[in-house]
Amino acid sequence: MQAMNVVVCVKQIPDPAAPASLDESTHTLDRTGKLILDDSDSYGVEMALQLADTEAGDEVVLVSMAPNGEVSGLRTALAMGAAKALLVSDPVLAGTDALGTAKVLAAAIRRVEPDLVIAATESTDGYTGTLPVQVAEILGLPSVTFAKSISIDGSNVKVERQTEAGYDEVESPMPVVVTVTAGVVEPRYPSFKGIMAAKSKPVETLTVADLGLDASEVGVSGSRQEIVDVSEAESRSGGEIVVDEGDGADRIVAFLEQIKVI
Amino acid sequence: MAMEKVWVLAEPGDSGPVPVALELLTQARSLASSVEAITWGTDAASVAGVAGEYGASRVYDVGDLGGELPGAPVAGAIASLVTANGAPDALLIPATYDGRDVAGRLSAKLDRPVLTNVTGLVADGDLKTQHLVFGGSHVLTARFTGEGPGIFVVRAKSFAAEPSGGGPAEVVAAPPPDAGSANAARILARHVEERSGPKLDEASVVVSGGRGLTAAENYALIEELANLLHGAPGASRAIVDAGWVPYSYQVGQTGKTVKPTVYVACGISGATQHLVGMKGSKNIVAINKDQDAPIFSVADLGIVGDVHKVLPALIDALKARG
Ligand SMILES: Cc1cc2nc3c(=O)[nH]c(=O)nc-3n(C[C@H](O)[C@H](O)[C@H](O)COP(=O)(O)OP(=O)(O)OC[C@H]3O[C@@H](n4cnc5c(N)ncnc54)[C@H](O)[C@@H]3O)c2cc1C
Ligand SMILES: Nc1ncnc2c1ncn2[C@@H]1O[C@H](COP(=O)(O)O)[C@@H](O)[C@H]1O
Repeated sequence: MQAMNVVVCVKQIPDPAAPASLDESTHTLDRTGKLILDDSDSYGVEMALQLADTEAGDEVVLVSMAPNGEVSGLRTALAMGAAKALLVSDPVLAGTDALGTAKVLAAAIRRVEPDLVIAATESTDGYTGTLPVQVAEILGLPSVTFAKSISIDGSNVKVERQTEAGYDEVESPMPVVVTVTAGVVEPRYPSFKGIMAAKSKPVETLTVADLGLDASEVGVSGSRQEIVDVSEAESRSGGEIVVDEGDGADRIVAFLEQIKVI
Repeated sequence: MAMEKVWVLAEPGDSGPVPVALELLTQARSLASSVEAITWGTDAASVAGVAGEYGASRVYDVGDLGGELPGAPVAGAIASLVTANGAPDALLIPATYDGRDVAGRLSAKLDRPVLTNVTGLVADGDLKTQHLVFGGSHVLTARFTGEGPGIFVVRAKSFAAEPSGGGPAEVVAAPPPDAGSANAARILARHVEERSGPKLDEASVVVSGGRGLTAAENYALIEELANLLHGAPGASRAIVDAGWVPYSYQVGQTGKTVKPTVYVACGISGATQHLVGMKGSKNIVAINKDQDAPIFSVADLGIVGDVHKVLPALIDALKARG
């Protein structure tokens, strides 16, 4: 079989541990600070690295769209072992919605002529969970979402896809878009050698014009949804918090009696 | 502005549409004068019976998909319907595995954005959507600005399902156009994980365990407690990822949304993604050894203690009551 190109979509996001801040006027997430590799995508990177046989010439290529030429998340994934990255970064992309992002990513992915495209089931900060399928539709590719395992069998992939009641065994010819859930594999920590090597790995930066896309399809002008308000949700009234002094179980029994569950 | 027509994706379930589709049909009735549904599979007649009871006048049947995944063929059939019959004002899609696939494909086909994680729909001039963000502490309101139809992926239990007493909906065949290579994936086999007792998303008592249980074998305590309370056992993602329990046990953002009479969280920190799946519970009991755990901010009764002590004592106390 010919060498395989595995694309991993990786999103670079504000550190979820830091408190999120919303832009007062647009109500969108503030993404001006430093961005990191979305933890959700580290599983996709690991899966791709496990599936790619580098001896046979297989390559793992990262594709990301991010503002301000951000590469720190890409460097993390390169340090894990990916070969190179395509970054789409362009001032006109500010305010792009999920479908616009899918159009951009699809155009970038097309250049790599991938056999397999891996993305996460959903991102940590956006969690629309529809973007990879939009990419598949734009590229005319099959898609298998919610994969808990992927294996390659000749020119097909075999996927165990999560379902309501268990899982389905799904087979698809390549090229195909597959989304992985967290927990499918254990993402490796970049080694010191990997971190050093990542510094010199190629990161090609593309603009919207490079991709042959019209600027009106992306950014705020292409976005057809807006946030009109963000307000505090009704909060639950404070309950009773007690330190267990051997009576914790009895307290719970009394509470369950009170609400007539027992 | 009242809307004229709303379509609901009536994903087929065990008998008739999945529960969230009934919630969406109910809500669609209050938004528009005409409600129609789209379904697929081998039993459109029973879907049409139930969908009619919940207010749909017509059910478009994409037909038996055999081993095909629904995303591409169902989105293709809906796009054809839009071309042939005109677009509805809005399309409501359950936030399920297959629902999200249909929504994503359809959005790209029709070149319309999709709003996901919707927990509220308000007709206020135009249709506005509500989304819980920051772990449910804030409500975000959004709307489409472009031409319709709006595609909305709605989370389970956002609305209560109430029958309208309508008769069976008319079934109209809506075969999918050829989707070519986009529809090349096939289901080879289905594996069902057997579970006894009530379903997690329907149970009136849910007992969930998290990483605080420290080892997979301690999950037996959760199962025993759930069983004693005639409830269903659930889990945080941490222990699902660790392989202690199947994914179908997961409560939260990427798992099930539950609204039981009482939710008992054992050794769960209460991360925002967990809270959005259980915050709507009527009563919440939490056991956690860390008094600053965020789960306590939503608890009606919080026990600051060790699950390894509190759970066995609780199980003994309940058994002693008989
Ligand atoms: C995109 C995305 C989607 C996600 N979706 C979900 C989802 O659907 N559902 C979900 O649950 N999570 C989800 N998560 C993960 C979530 O962020 C948390 O990581 C997860 O909920 C933590 O699980 P936990 O509470 O079991 O573990 P931890 O956060 O590790 O908490 C363990 C808790 O146990 C307590 N503890 C330890 N020992 C004891 C003891 N002996 N007795 C009592 N208490 C003890 C600790 O104090 C701690 O509070 C998602 C994350 C992302 C990024
Ligand atoms: N800007 C982006 N750049 C690269 N990949 C992305 C981007 N946005 C989303 N993705 C991919 O699509 C997945 C789902 O994203 P979302 O639709 O935001 O839940 C993410 O986990 C990524 O794998």
